[in-house]
Amino acid sequence: MSVIRLIAVFSENKVGQLSKLTGILAENGINIRCVTIATSEKFGVVKLLVDQPEIAWRKLQEQNLTVSWTDALAVEVEDKPGGLHRIAEALARHGINLENSSGFVACRRAILLVETSNPQEARRVLEEERFRLLTSSELMAI
Amino acid sequence: MFWDKSAETIDRSALEKLQLTRLQETVGRVLKHVPFYQQQFAQAAIPSDVIRELADIRRLPFTTNADLRAQYPRGFLVGDGGGPVRLHTSSGTTGKPKAIFFSRGDIDRAANLAARCLVMSGNTDRDILQNMMTYGLFTGALMMHYGAEKVGMMVIPAGPGNSEKQLLLMQDFSSTVFHTTPSYALYFADFMEKKGVDPRRDLSLKRAFIGAEPYSEETRRKIEEAFGIEVYNSYGLSEMNGPGVAFECAAKQGMHLWEDHFLMEVLDPVTNEPVPEGCPGELVLTTLCREAMPLIRYRTRDITSVVAEPCSCGRTHRRIRRITGRTDDMLIVRGANIYPQQIERILMSVPGVGRNYLICLSGLDEMTVKVELSASEFDGRVERLVHLQTQLTERLRAEIMVKPLVELVPPGSLPPSEGKAKRVIDNRAL
Repeated sequence: MSVIRLIAVFSENKVGQLSKLTGILAENGINIRCVTIATSEKFGVVKLLVDQPEIAWRKLQEQNLTVSWTDALAVEVEDKPGGLHRIAEALARHGINLENSSGFVACRRAILLVETSNPQEARRVLEEERFRLLTSSELMAI
Repeated sequence: MFWDKSAETIDRSALEKLQLTRLQETVGRVLKHVPFYQQQFAQAAIPSDVIRELADIRRLPFTTNADLRAQYPRGFLVGDGGGPVRLHTSSGTTGKPKAIFFSRGDIDRAANLAARCLVMSGNTDRDILQNMMTYGLFTGALMMHYGAEKVGMMVIPAGPGNSEKQLLLMQDFSSTVFHTTPSYALYFADFMEKKGVDPRRDLSLKRAFIGAEPYSEETRRKIEEAFGIEVYNSYGLSEMNGPGVAFECAAKQGMHLWEDHFLMEVLDPVTNEPVPEGCPGELVLTTLCREAMPLIRYRTRDITSVVAEPCSCGRTHRRIRRITGRTDDMLIVRGANIYPQQIERILMSVPGVGRNYLICLSGLDEMTVKVELSASEFDGRVERLVHLQTQLTERLRAEIMVKPLVELVPPGSLPPSEGKAKRVIDNRAL
């Protein structure tokens, strides 16, 4: 399966909230591969890509954090000018709206994490357009 | 199903005759024994034979919460035979409590009224009541306890809080009924969810009596859904008998108020004139059978209205609607009169909202409503949270005419309400 599961955590936008979350992960030896934080005025959602998602999810829930799974696609991007543009252009052509995305470069590979309201359709489009989608284990192996 | 069919279905003219006789006896009794009422009558030059018909009640003075506190500890106690066998107090958040006395006969009558309520809502001697109200000075648990024993139910006097123990008792002794406050019922529902207990599958619950705090129809539905049970609304106050003053029958369309024991008036709280039947006003009650501590025209401060139509269950005692607020709960924010229950009603009707909330007033009339998110509705999308926040703000503004600041907070982050919930914090610098 090339759909990546992220853990979304609801958080109040105040001092100490992120450190509570990161503390729980550190204590349990969970490595964060990618993190994004989206905030509104008073609250935010932290999304995490971690190496041991099931354990992380359980530990966070045990500590009374509000967690949810959320799906994303990991797309390999050419690490050169215009690389991201090709993906954005392909998705736009098929009328797919991105909800939340983030990119990172690790070991000379550029990865875009894409969240959309319709991941199945996005996957179909990206595969059709010959983009490479990474599975969870491929992503973890980087 | 009736506990006392002839009393519960008495025809209205016989009931009114009974009320008149009992009112006359009550007035005679307080004038003979209670200095407070002797003074009140003397000051207003009210003759001792003032009551010729029921409408004459309007010539009598009121008794208020403040009067009860001022006469603490024994000012309202009748000292003759039928003397007290029990003291209860009514919670005073500040200052002195109110002392409430019961004679042996008073306790027996209170238990019989509670038994009427229990049978009316479908209980039999095969039911098992887990009583989660506070035992002690508060009347909430004991009067229901006695009523249930009269019916022959098995009572588990669990008392409040200690959710682990509550769940254990519920599982091991197959409780079919529980009695608690709306805030604890919601808290306990969350607790069960966390424990992975599905009440429909794992428990034997059939119904619950929820009272001691006003709550909305939406909250009732939330509790019914969370437990898979029928929830019956219960109205009472320690100054009268505690629980069982008024209660819902199977129709769940308002609470039958036991008019052979209490004379009810619904008055405009400002003019003190009766409101037209069916319109909201302050409930004012006169005890008709109390020996140790009769009260005349006691201002409950609870806002309700009378259901005028007869009930399909056959009981002739009129019903009152759900308490929509207390005259002293009313908040005035930016000139608007707001009852916390209006806010609760909106919050509980919007999907995505959890089970706890807090209204904070600060600065110069700023209102913040903190709302717990529902853990099961969180899907990780900020857009949805922003939408929920906007939706709540708009719906609250339409209801209360004041635009509050709505803050979404994580489930379980507001102060847990194992007893009576504190829903309003007023820190205004006014």
